[in-house]
Amino acid sequence: MTTPNDRRYSKEHEWLLLTGDTARIGITDYAQDQLGDIVYVDLPEAGAQLTQFEKMGEIESVKAVSELYAPASGEVIRTNDALVEKPELVNSDPYGDGWLVEIRIADTSQLDALLTAEDYDAFTASEQTDEAIRP
Amino acid sequence: MIETEPAPSMSDHPPIGDDALHPYIPLTPDDRAAMLATIGVADTDALFADIPAHLRNPDLDLPPALPEPALVAHMRALAAANVTAETHACFLGAGAYRHYRPALVDPLVMRGEYLTSYTPYQPEVSQGTLQTIFEFQSLVCALTGMDVANAGMYDGATALAEACLMACAVTGRRRIAISDRVHPHWIAVVRNYAHGRDIAVDVQPHAEFAVTAEHACLAVQQPDFLGRVSTSAQSWADAAHDAGALFVAAADPVSLGLYRPPSDYGADIVVGEGQSLGVPLSFGGPYVGLFACRDKYIRQMPGRIVGETTDLDGRRGYVLTLQTREQHIRRERATSNICTSQQLIALSTAVYLAALGPHGLRRVAELSYARAHDLARRIASIPGYTVEDDEPWFCEFVVRTPRPVDEINRALLEHNIIGGLDVSDVRNRMLLCATEMNSDDELDRLVGALSEVEASR
Amino acid sequence: MTDDRRPATAPRLEPTLAELHRPGRIATSLPDAPPADLRPPASLTRTDLPLPELSQLDVVRHYTRLSQLNWSIDTHMYPLGSCTMKLNPKVDDLAASLPGFAEAHPMQPAEQVPGALALMYELQRTLAEISGLDDASLAPLAGAQGELAGVLVIKAYLESIGERRTTIVVPDSAHGTNPATASMAGFDVVAVKPQPDGDMDLEELRKALEEHGPTVAALMITQPSTLGLFDRNILQISEMVHAHGALMYGDGANLNAIAGQVKPGDLGFDVLHINLHKTFSQPHGGGGPGAGPIAVRAFLAPFLPSPHVVLNGDSSGGASAPRDAAEAGSSMLEAGRDTRSSVQHPASTFALIDPPRSIGRLGAHAGNFGVLVRAYAYIRALGPDGVRAMSEAAVLNANYVQARLREAYELPHDRICMHETLFSARRQKARNNIKALDIAKRLIDYGFHPPTMYFPLVVEEALLVEPTESESKETLDAFCDAMLAIAAECDSDPDLVRGAPHGAPLRRLDEATAARKPKLRW
Repeated sequence: MTTPNDRRYSKEHEWLLLTGDTARIGITDYAQDQLGDIVYVDLPEAGAQLTQFEKMGEIESVKAVSELYAPASGEVIRTNDALVEKPELVNSDPYGDGWLVEIRIADTSQLDALLTAEDYDAFTASEQTDEAIRP
Repeated sequence: MIETEPAPSMSDHPPIGDDALHPYIPLTPDDRAAMLATIGVADTDALFADIPAHLRNPDLDLPPALPEPALVAHMRALAAANVTAETHACFLGAGAYRHYRPALVDPLVMRGEYLTSYTPYQPEVSQGTLQTIFEFQSLVCALTGMDVANAGMYDGATALAEACLMACAVTGRRRIAISDRVHPHWIAVVRNYAHGRDIAVDVQPHAEFAVTAEHACLAVQQPDFLGRVSTSAQSWADAAHDAGALFVAAADPVSLGLYRPPSDYGADIVVGEGQSLGVPLSFGGPYVGLFACRDKYIRQMPGRIVGETTDLDGRRGYVLTLQTREQHIRRERATSNICTSQQLIALSTAVYLAALGPHGLRRVAELSYARAHDLARRIASIPGYTVEDDEPWFCEFVVRTPRPVDEINRALLEHNIIGGLDVSDVRNRMLLCATEMNSDDELDRLVGALSEVEASR
Repeated sequence: MTDDRRPATAPRLEPTLAELHRPGRIATSLPDAPPADLRPPASLTRTDLPLPELSQLDVVRHYTRLSQLNWSIDTHMYPLGSCTMKLNPKVDDLAASLPGFAEAHPMQPAEQVPGALALMYELQRTLAEISGLDDASLAPLAGAQGELAGVLVIKAYLESIGERRTTIVVPDSAHGTNPATASMAGFDVVAVKPQPDGDMDLEELRKALEEHGPTVAALMITQPSTLGLFDRNILQISEMVHAHGALMYGDGANLNAIAGQVKPGDLGFDVLHINLHKTFSQPHGGGGPGAGPIAVRAFLAPFLPSPHVVLNGDSSGGASAPRDAAEAGSSMLEAGRDTRSSVQHPASTFALIDPPRSIGRLGAHAGNFGVLVRAYAYIRALGPDGVRAMSEAAVLNANYVQARLREAYELPHDRICMHETLFSARRQKARNNIKALDIAKRLIDYGFHPPTMYFPLVVEEALLVEPTESESKETLDAFCDAMLAIAAECDSDPDLVRGAPHGAPLRRLDEATAARKPKLRW
């Protein structure tokens, strides 16, 4: 799956798609592949205030649990209710129907701290090492 | 299939001498030589070269090995040195209860396929264990009235402690209220677990509970430490819920063959000691803690859980599930650190329940109730003895005795009777238990011996 | 192989008890109901008890058939790293089920159970001796609880000398119970990365100790490590940690490698927990019961859990019991006299006490006594020479497996291993997209339980193999032959490996659905 150019990325493998002053947030294809079959997502409620790079929730697969970090600050407008019944959407369509939350962005200049698609690809490539022993 | 070499001829056996073999270690001198050659070292010392040389081969001050017949004789001698319920009439309860163990339980539970199998992390070859756990979970739900149960905990006391910690995690509060009528050893364990996480424990007087918005839960026990069953439990649950706290009930599972389950009176979490379900007294362990709760708390529930699913061919099977709560994944954020628990004992209780069924379990509870109440009635008519009977109770009761309890128990021992627990306060008080296992003859002997003590004053 | 004659519509292996339920069936006969005047009031009693009703044959057949779906040590080799799946001698079961043990009530006075207490006292002493420490507690009900007890003892000791230290250091490769336990006891956890050769990085450790300064309470490590390697820096590590005012906690999960070869106390450990269901052969039972006794240095003995077995007249917590008294107790063990007679001395030799500054109770009673009986019998059957032979054979067996498989599977640490050897299936993943999981599942088709997978986390596609001393050379060779055959299959028939197992009672199970839509009861 190619990394879409229309959005920004964090080093914690979240993406953010800006539309006006609202933004949609999800996790990347790389992240869902690493996690495996998603079984449960724990998301903040509507009205919650998120702070950039701080924990906003958790995502669980069969064998792993990972924290979710807000790529930008803002107020949660809605969460993706479809994930309650079908958490597997995060695996099958991480950039589309597998989105997690929508927020009202407080400060669009925060996006400068995020990576472009190209930079993100370079980042994930560098995370694969040549050693059996992980750093 | 893998080819193996033909077995050596039986006339090739090595001389039995200094290189005597041990039945637990199949390594022979020939094996050792061949393996060292493959590894490419001269001797096994080379394999321990990383150990600082001056610390190697320490003296081990232990008695020399016992051959099996001597070992069995030694173990029999140690066992025979104990006074036990096998040779004496036992009227002790206080958290461990002697109920009839159906004959089919041991031969099934002690099968090597159950006894020597591992934690079922490879479900394709562990369906025996996994299905028995699924059934155990279902049986615990049936007994307690809760929605979900786990695969068991170390014992009832630690199950209660973990339930209190879970209530703290669910509510975000750091204080628990617990009835002073819970078994004192259980309260001690709860204190210990709470202390580790800087959680405060308020032991509150029975039926005078004061649950506030600071408390994560109110915890009670039915029957309580002195055997009593209350009719007011619903009001306690209401008080807890009004304060936004959870209501945790510890219940004896045999009593649940007879009494209303905690789900009837507002429990959010139910725990219990599974030992009374036909598990041997065994000087305190191994036992098994029962743990069950309402559906909405399932992600905070500690311990292993088995769920139903299908395999690639669509056949039904069982797997460990919701493992992301556990230590091997969440590590420091795990709901608990529990890894190994008490699986074989849980299996034993499930087989016990299958062997008894609803009518059998109810009958065991009824008979225990009846033996104990009959005993109490007879003791009450011995001059000098008073039975504390102002509240309903199951199969344990308190007797006020005319002499100190340890004096009475020494006298009872002369009659081959193990007496009750000393629960004296300013008065001499003994906690006596009777179950369906105490025969008429045993009751007669106890009543006779108690009468003698009083008469000899 | 798969039984193709099984009807296509066989949707399940074995019905549940609920599916076997038929009203009116019973499996055990019991006495008649008591008279009405000896029954509880109806207001308290339940009217509905939804337990299944089965005949006796139903129950026997159900549990027998289910057992036949299970693998076990009695039927298969379990090369599970860090689990020590060794022979469970039947004589230990015989001992634990003796009525003189099985029918002893935990609340009986000490003078009624001298045999039980003598056994516990001797086991305390034995575990302390093997550990090279001064005393031991048998109270913890599992390894994880032993860890909790050990950490709480350390916490209590430090508080008693006026130090409130709130951090515990662990290696990256630590077993999950270590950080979980530290957190349960209220500590923060700091992880330290290893050197490429697997030993702890002394520089990283020094930095961690400096950075966290006087908040560090202890270092929690396994020796040999979870990588199966004996950390050659151990003496320096102990010195650094102690110089910092912190303590050394040993996770004894890998004790099978070094018991009798070296004493953990001599390596600098102050506390060691021991898994009786690993090194000392308590049967795993499908997930317990086990026991996790802890051994400690004398200065920590006053903080041990309650209750503790001591010789009568010894209020010090046990660690300073005079040698003569210990011998008096031992002579009672040897004689095994029947103390139900009025002979006074043996009956009052032992007592259960609360150590003077105990961290408190870990369970309702004194420990998993039935497990302690088995461990005691096991060690008595081995004796000191047998313990040494046990660890020697365990280490020899693991190195043999390592030597036979090192060409086919990547060996991240090219060193002599201890009782277990750690491979990576990275090469197979890169070449054929076959993961450690697939190799493990294919091993089932060859009749071997998979080794430990994906642990320790610091090695990619980890396969941790621990043969134990119980397996013969023929079994080891068969296991290695199977692993080599699978390595070849990764090239010649990767789909076969990825679809494994093919010959087990079930094929791979859908764990995702089990977690997404939990069905946890019938």
